[in-house]
Amino acid sequence: MNALIANVALHQDRASFEQIFKHFAPRVKAFVLGQITHPQMAEEIVQETFVNVWRKAKLFDSEKAAASTWIFTIARNLRIDHLRKENRPEPDINDPAFMPDPEPMAFDLISHSQDAARLNRSIEGLPEEQKEVLRLAFFADKSHPEVAEALKIPLGTVKSRIRLAISRLRTELEGMA
Amino acid sequence: MSIFHHPGDEFLFDYATGALGEAWGLAIATHLALCPACRKAVADMEGVGGRLLEDATPDPIGDDVLSRVFEQIDSPHAPEVLQSTATPLSTEQPVLPEPLRGYAGGDVNALRWQRLGFGASQFLIPTGENRVSARLLRIPAGRPVPTHSHGGLELTLVVAGAFSDSTGYYGRGDLQEADSHLQHQPHATDEEDCICLAVTDAPLRFKSLAARIVQPFLGI
Ligand SMILES: [Zn+2]
Repeated sequence: MNALIANVALHQDRASFEQIFKHFAPRVKAFVLGQITHPQMAEEIVQETFVNVWRKAKLFDSEKAAASTWIFTIARNLRIDHLRKENRPEPDINDPAFMPDPEPMAFDLISHSQDAARLNRSIEGLPEEQKEVLRLAFFADKSHPEVAEALKIPLGTVKSRIRLAISRLRTELEGMA
Repeated sequence: MSIFHHPGDEFLFDYATGALGEAWGLAIATHLALCPACRKAVADMEGVGGRLLEDATPDPIGDDVLSRVFEQIDSPHAPEVLQSTATPLSTEQPVLPEPLRGYAGGDVNALRWQRLGFGASQFLIPTGENRVSARLLRIPAGRPVPTHSHGGLELTLVVAGAFSDSTGYYGRGDLQEADSHLQHQPHATDEEDCICLAVTDAPLRFKSLAARIVQPFLGI
């Protein structure tokens, strides 16, 4: 997938773009439908997401994020724009006030490439109740209190499930598991 | 620079999923500009979003969507992707990091501050979120802000100088979460004026008697 995005960035290659689209567009639609029930509006967001994938391909950094993560962030931002008519405040790495990441150590460089695989295994290993909360939060764009309302469970339970899931994923990503 | 007070995972998580409103998000994003550790945490959480996207059950998509994408790409009016939205400035290091500087419309010295009393001043920042207010507060060096409690939730991010209260010391990049249980008296430290971004969903409640007692001391 990384190579396909690179082809789009460097050569504006439409065949590669079509493969990215075939794989991800139906998934982005499922993601968007988590909150938007109108199929036509969902497809509009899918369309805009991929226009952005094409235009921003040069900005994709496979060292920093998996392709699926990058596409998730694009679709997420468009959904915020469409549904809430709000902007999403984000830091700007080109801003002189931006505090850059510390120099990566050799250890970090190795773990970067393994992050995706490790994350995959660890999400699969989570208890179903934690996965359910994660899916609602990411797909239905629900804040902590809204997840509690949807599942009819106390807010404290939502907080602890998310905290458990995140701390477990983080521990595994840091290679301390 | 070291940051000691970070946003709770709850805020980072809701920022990563997209559920966090714009005004709260402004405080979180500005903290992220100054804090590589929290950026890494958010990136990991976004990785979970990516993973869930990968695992989603695909929903069939109309054939025309791809052709409409190509149509839009080919349209001559397609805007170029901007590499950076940072406002151009001198080589001097700005006090307000992006995205805060963009929202405020300039760096601290370019803003029209509004006097508040207590020797302090404020600058209101518009966001798309109506129920939540965002403002910059400037507290003169060495001065206290009158004791107050909070009707709701308040996030305070220090961008210049420092303040301290019963819960600790807060310098550039530090973020304080306060809810209705916290009654505190922040005090700007002596070295320089303290400038912070305060985001809140309810007006501050000053203990009026205490405020009246400290007012003369503040020189109002
Ligand atoms: Zn932090």
